[in-house]
Amino acid sequence: MDKTINQKAWFLVLPVFLVVAFSAVLPLMTVVNYSMQDTFGNNQFFWNGVGWFKELLDPSTDLGGRFLASLGRNLFFSLVILAIEVPLGIVVALSMPRDGWTVAACLVILALPLLIPWNVVGTIWQIFGRPDIGLLGYVLNAIGIEYNYVSNEIDAWVTVIVMDVWHWTSLVALLCYAGLKSIPEAYYQAAQIDGASRWAVFRAIQLPKMNRVLLIAVLLRFMDSFMIYTEPFVVTGGGPGNSTTFVSIELVKIALGQFDLGKAAALSLVYNLIILIVCWIFYTVMTNAGNDRKPQEGAA
Amino acid sequence: MACIDLVDLAHSYGGNDAPQESFALKPVTMTWRQGGAYALLGPSGCGKTTLLNVISGIITPSRGKILFDGQDITPLSTQKRNIAQVFQFPVIYDTMTVGQNLAFPLKNRGVPKAEIDKRVAEIGRLLDLEPYLNRKATRLTADAKQKISLGRGLVRSDVAAVLFDEPLTVIDPELKWQLRSKLKALHRELDLTMIYVTHDQTEALTFADTVVVMHDGRVVQSGTPAELFDKPAHTFVGYFIGSPGMNIIPAEVRGREARIDGHVIALNRSYDNLPAGAKIEIGVRPEFVDAVAPAPGLLTAKIERVDDLGRIRFARTRLGDAKLAARAPAGFTSSDGTAGLKFDPSHVHVYADSLLVEGAA
Repeated sequence: MDKTINQKAWFLVLPVFLVVAFSAVLPLMTVVNYSMQDTFGNNQFFWNGVGWFKELLDPSTDLGGRFLASLGRNLFFSLVILAIEVPLGIVVALSMPRDGWTVAACLVILALPLLIPWNVVGTIWQIFGRPDIGLLGYVLNAIGIEYNYVSNEIDAWVTVIVMDVWHWTSLVALLCYAGLKSIPEAYYQAAQIDGASRWAVFRAIQLPKMNRVLLIAVLLRFMDSFMIYTEPFVVTGGGPGNSTTFVSIELVKIALGQFDLGKAAALSLVYNLIILIVCWIFYTVMTNAGNDRKPQEGAA
Repeated sequence: MACIDLVDLAHSYGGNDAPQESFALKPVTMTWRQGGAYALLGPSGCGKTTLLNVISGIITPSRGKILFDGQDITPLSTQKRNIAQVFQFPVIYDTMTVGQNLAFPLKNRGVPKAEIDKRVAEIGRLLDLEPYLNRKATRLTADAKQKISLGRGLVRSDVAAVLFDEPLTVIDPELKWQLRSKLKALHRELDLTMIYVTHDQTEALTFADTVVVMHDGRVVQSGTPAELFDKPAHTFVGYFIGSPGMNIIPAEVRGREARIDGHVIALNRSYDNLPAGAKIEIGVRPEFVDAVAPAPGLLTAKIERVDDLGRIRFARTRLGDAKLAARAPAGFTSSDGTAGLKFDPSHVHVYADSLLVEGAA
């Protein structure tokens, strides 16, 4: 087959190429470059090879210890919020009305927390939880529950988790609701005729029909919570001590606080790699789930 | 097993206070005997699905009662009615195997496991699903899925009636025949009352021993396929059933004669007491009108085209404003584009305001 060769097409690709180069490729390569070097300021750099990466994975060093500890906290945080937000989101979606004007009202109310900027969410909860002037903190202390997220680690964790649940459960609920809406009425009628209980309807119809949106919800929530920075930073600043210091907070401390560009670059590369791998796993699982379903779509 | 009585049953989606003309299902009273195969036939929006859903309990009727074996079950929920329903699109539970799908209704009712296994095996054999019992139901073809939906109904031994809501819509034409014969065979074997909703007259006429024709929310005629064909009670039935449908032509009827354009057609019966002011029409099936060479004494019509259906040919003719289809016998050709029409008097019916009028002998 004869192909028309037209090199002019490259000019059309050029703008995108330039934008991607300056916005992604060059910064990333700069980070790769930094990760292999050490600096003591003055824009002087010294070659360090894979030294930083070795330190990162070794808990006995300062860098490794801080990284692995924050990574552990981050994973724990993600698991906890997923364990709360996914079931809660499903329950919210299931209890939403299926038609009528109340649907619109519910959707607007659910969407509200999603529309608030991260640092505003953080500020809201920071003030809300203060024992002296915050409604939540004051009331809790007044009824005899000692609560102070500035000094108590558990209180700090509870605050950060409740804040994330408040901010993001809506997303899971909205996704689940979309999944539920796509189930044809005949399924519910058939289940009624088959004498299915509420729970059986959920297990046999609703959950299987929701599993794809749930996968997307889990993916989005995992990614977001794994990269969380603004909200806990505004509320607790990573404290008390280091108890709510997540990977991104640690990263900013090293990069901008200590100006250890080499360490920070190595850390951010590993951080990036973890997210890429998790993304890839989710993507594979999702595409396979899609394949499983193809014959059915073709038949219907 | 049950005989089903509908007593003055009606439904309106707009509530009971809506004017009766707007009812999706206008008041109907009829009896369906146990073990019968019934088809609800009518065009889209004629109320047939509403009637079906009222029987299955998905819709609570605005008025009237439904009796199963004389017992009023109108207030009972779908679960308690012992009916099975097959929907237009196959409903299967995705995560389950075919066997688990079949077992689902029994499991929900707390039937012991041994009994479930026995019934599932039995129904699997009956529906030729045996080889698939351990396979995921999602991967099967549409007709197998419809069989599973049916199986979920049949698996319950107490099922009173099986309702079908256009179950063959998504099935390939060739498999439609197979599945329909399977349904007929099951019907004979199990002695179940089956109610089949469709807008396809072939499906209805081949499946059912009694066809209930619905039009605009009303049951216009209920009878055997032969009755519907020979003696449509309503011009709609005549037109809707048969291909091509019945010829309906405005006419003046007096005694044993019908006049069209001043031309006289003989009738077998005498019609002396036709309601005054009513719209009078005669109806005759194309199969009982022959297109022959024009001759004196025959009604002459212009031929618009001739449809060759292979075994039989129909001449489409025009008679003033009215259109009329007539059988064109083998060897019939028209020299000048006109044909004489020869009516079979015993199959010419008279309709007043669309309703059949019985003449006197």
